[in-house]
Amino acid sequence: MLSNVRYMELLIFLILFPLLIAGLITLIHGENFRRGAVICGAVLVGIASLFALMGSVTSHPIFYSVPVGIIGILIFIGDIAISGYIIFVSTKARQYLVTAITIIQLILLCAVEYLALSDHATIPELFLDQLSGIMAAIIGIIGGLICVYALGYMREYHTEHPERPDKRPQFFGIMFLFLSAMFGVVFSNNLLWLFFFWEITTLCSYLLIRYPETDEAIKNAFRALLFNLVGGACIPIAFIVIFLSHGSDLIGLHELVVAGPGIALIPAGLIGIAGLAKSAQFPFSSWLVGAMVAPTPVSALLHSSTMVKAGVYIIARFAPVFEGQLIGILIALIGGVTFLAASAIAISQSNAKKVLAYSTIANLGLIVACCGVGTAEALWAAILLIIFHAIAKSLLFLSVGTVEHQIHSRDIEDMTGLVTKMPRITMIILIGIAGMFLAPFGMLISKWASLHAFVESVPPFGILLVIIIAYGSGITAFFWAKWMGKLIAVGEPQQKDESHIPKSEKNILYILSALTIGVCFGFPIISWYLIEPWLQNIYQSVTELISLSNIEIMFMMLFLVLIMPFSLARFSRSASRVPRYLCGIPESRSTEFIGSCGITREIELSNYYLDKIFGEERLSRISVGIGIFLIVLILNIIIVGGGL
Amino acid sequence: MNPFLAAAVFIILAPVVGILITGLDRILTARMQGRVGPPVLQPWYDIRKLIQKKQVAVWGAQSFFIFCYLIFIIFTGALFFAGGDILLVIFAFTLAHVFLVLGAYVSFSPYAHIGAERELIQLMAVEPMIIIAAIGLYQVNDSFLIGEMADHPGMPILLLPGVFLGFIYILTFKLRKSPFDLATSHHAHQELVKGSTTEFSGRTLAMVELAHIYELVVMLGFIWLFFGANLILCALAIVVIMFLEILVDNCTSRVRWQDAMISAWFVTLVAGAGNIFALSIM
Repeated sequence: MLSNVRYMELLIFLILFPLLIAGLITLIHGENFRRGAVICGAVLVGIASLFALMGSVTSHPIFYSVPVGIIGILIFIGDIAISGYIIFVSTKARQYLVTAITIIQLILLCAVEYLALSDHATIPELFLDQLSGIMAAIIGIIGGLICVYALGYMREYHTEHPERPDKRPQFFGIMFLFLSAMFGVVFSNNLLWLFFFWEITTLCSYLLIRYPETDEAIKNAFRALLFNLVGGACIPIAFIVIFLSHGSDLIGLHELVVAGPGIALIPAGLIGIAGLAKSAQFPFSSWLVGAMVAPTPVSALLHSSTMVKAGVYIIARFAPVFEGQLIGILIALIGGVTFLAASAIAISQSNAKKVLAYSTIANLGLIVACCGVGTAEALWAAILLIIFHAIAKSLLFLSVGTVEHQIHSRDIEDMTGLVTKMPRITMIILIGIAGMFLAPFGMLISKWASLHAFVESVPPFGILLVIIIAYGSGITAFFWAKWMGKLIAVGEPQQKDESHIPKSEKNILYILSALTIGVCFGFPIISWYLIEPWLQNIYQSVTELISLSNIEIMFMMLFLVLIMPFSLARFSRSASRVPRYLCGIPESRSTEFIGSCGITREIELSNYYLDKIFGEERLSRISVGIGIFLIVLILNIIIVGGGL
Repeated sequence: MNPFLAAAVFIILAPVVGILITGLDRILTARMQGRVGPPVLQPWYDIRKLIQKKQVAVWGAQSFFIFCYLIFIIFTGALFFAGGDILLVIFAFTLAHVFLVLGAYVSFSPYAHIGAERELIQLMAVEPMIIIAAIGLYQVNDSFLIGEMADHPGMPILLLPGVFLGFIYILTFKLRKSPFDLATSHHAHQELVKGSTTEFSGRTLAMVELAHIYELVVMLGFIWLFFGANLILCALAIVVIMFLEILVDNCTSRVRWQDAMISAWFVTLVAGAGNIFALSIM
């Protein structure tokens, strides 16, 4: 075990080292250098984040004050620089709404600095506890893998789109900057620091989304910027509330949470709204769907390990404050509505990346619902969801990206019978999908735990959430299962062809699939050594969350699922093959039949999308409406509560 | 009872019970239609005959998925009768059905394909009610363990009338009876031929039939939970419910999937969700 000081050096290393890599990649061009730097950077960041994870396996969080006083001022200057840049680009693109909100944010921030000048208590700037450790591991390992995957992907991307400007040095630079900022977010105890890193992630996501430089990409990038800035503007307001009512002693994350709901609820509610915007909950969710225009590694990064995870991270931090409070219930309801609506919309989508996007939004909704409820059980489920989702979703995005480059389509209908053309990639996608919704894979453990948690909490709102999950669960099964069905439905077997896929892409996919299965087996260990001690610290007492006998049953099921494919060989030999039944009118090939007037027709089968019931436009409109209503309600409670 | 013993008893006895019930069902159905009907053991004769048939398939993978379906239905039932966590039982149940759906998808047959889609719609239609039933039973028993629910001395149904009604409604989907036999049907002359099971034959079809029989017993097990330890009343209820299901099966025509799904969700919301909501306020 390293000493505390060593760990703090590790944290600073994790924040600064990706920054260094980012700088090097941006400045020194050349594909080979970039390749080396990205791989080295990813490996080192991954290892360091694992050390951070191991370091967090102690009973108490470790705090650390950075001995350099000037950093506070540097961070303020950094905030101003970010705002200045956003004002510059937004006026240039005539996005005056973005400009206006940035200016408001800047004014608020100056007010905060003014207050901080006269009153600055010394609180530890950085800290490391189990949740930070888990988040760091997700960011470091998954984020690093995505960066390495992007090497091969971006080369193909630019061969395929020669008209788009090739700015790969900046691209990889921003990816690493993003990782650095994310480490900053999860290690910051000082909320002013946290806000600075928070704004960097917003800026990075804007830059990455507009990377293709098409009109649509620029428009969507500004939408992402706008929504995140609107949310982000709530954070300085929370700071002002903290400074005016309780002074700077409470500007630390840990100090604020420990102060209890009586003091912390209003700032927590405000910061929670920022978290809702960042984690793409309704009414903010459209920015994440729009972010699909960016290259696939960007989507994978935004959806799995960074950005949206920063949103749910901060809400999870304040979960103990929300427990049993009206604001917490409203946040949970926003999460619940988002879970249900986004899952339903996913049914109507045939674009694979959009299905993934909506399922991300839905899962984040579930996490937010758990955090809003705020009991120990719910938080336990939320953190497991964060872990499982990060791995399975990055796997799915990257494998869909690989398929897209091979079949030149991201439409699920075009993936019919993919299992004969790309058996390995299909197997990987199936693992990812199973991980998302099937027992006994990860996601289901969390859904189960959240049902257990909701049923007892804050009646009758807990039951409301249970009902929402009950409906959402069936809906989720529908859209995932029909995608699985498409992949394995084989008309005429196609030529097997997986040789064009870059090796780096394949290897990353293998690693992620292994991780997906690995965490299913390893989740009790994660729970015992990381999540339960963390909850113990916060809630003092933690009841047994998942009994041993249930874990045994789960393992039994997992084992069954995993050995089943081995029986495939026996079955495929034993049956003699016959053409499919076509009312007795098949043609020479088994996928053709003779239609009316003697015309030979090819069989075409496509999935149900149930557009009339689950249409994207209609459902989004309704749920955005509900979302706005709930957010305004939260703001009202904050205003009224603040006035009292 | 020892959980392992209970699971073993289920695995051995469920087919017997299931075949008898299905056989009686067929006789009763025949009488309602003015026919004499087959012997009680006809379902067993059917399965035996299917096993002896030559194994043919569009793709070998079909039998693989159906094998998984059967295994997981048995697993679900064993877990149920061993007194396991009811939510885990429900999730295992869903897993089993996904395998059935995948088995139907694999063949790329137009009939099986639409059958698979409808099978999924049915799954989506019934899942909320099953979960809500589990939650309702939890509220009454204060435990998710089926073992503890079964020992309930009173009558959970008295506190869960809405949940029970909703459950009976979706039971029609689960028993594949008209008007909700969208995906595949016991009756001949369907627009989808045999729907999701069109492309299965021989041993594969035998596995599907066997799985349906196990499934029937599991669904009846759910009804049992509403009656706790009052076994006689429970048996009576099952007889009445099965009679009504068969009656409805024979005097209604199949509805469109939209009506089936929306009505199931509506009943779930009004009867089921309303009931557990009320329980949580009380």
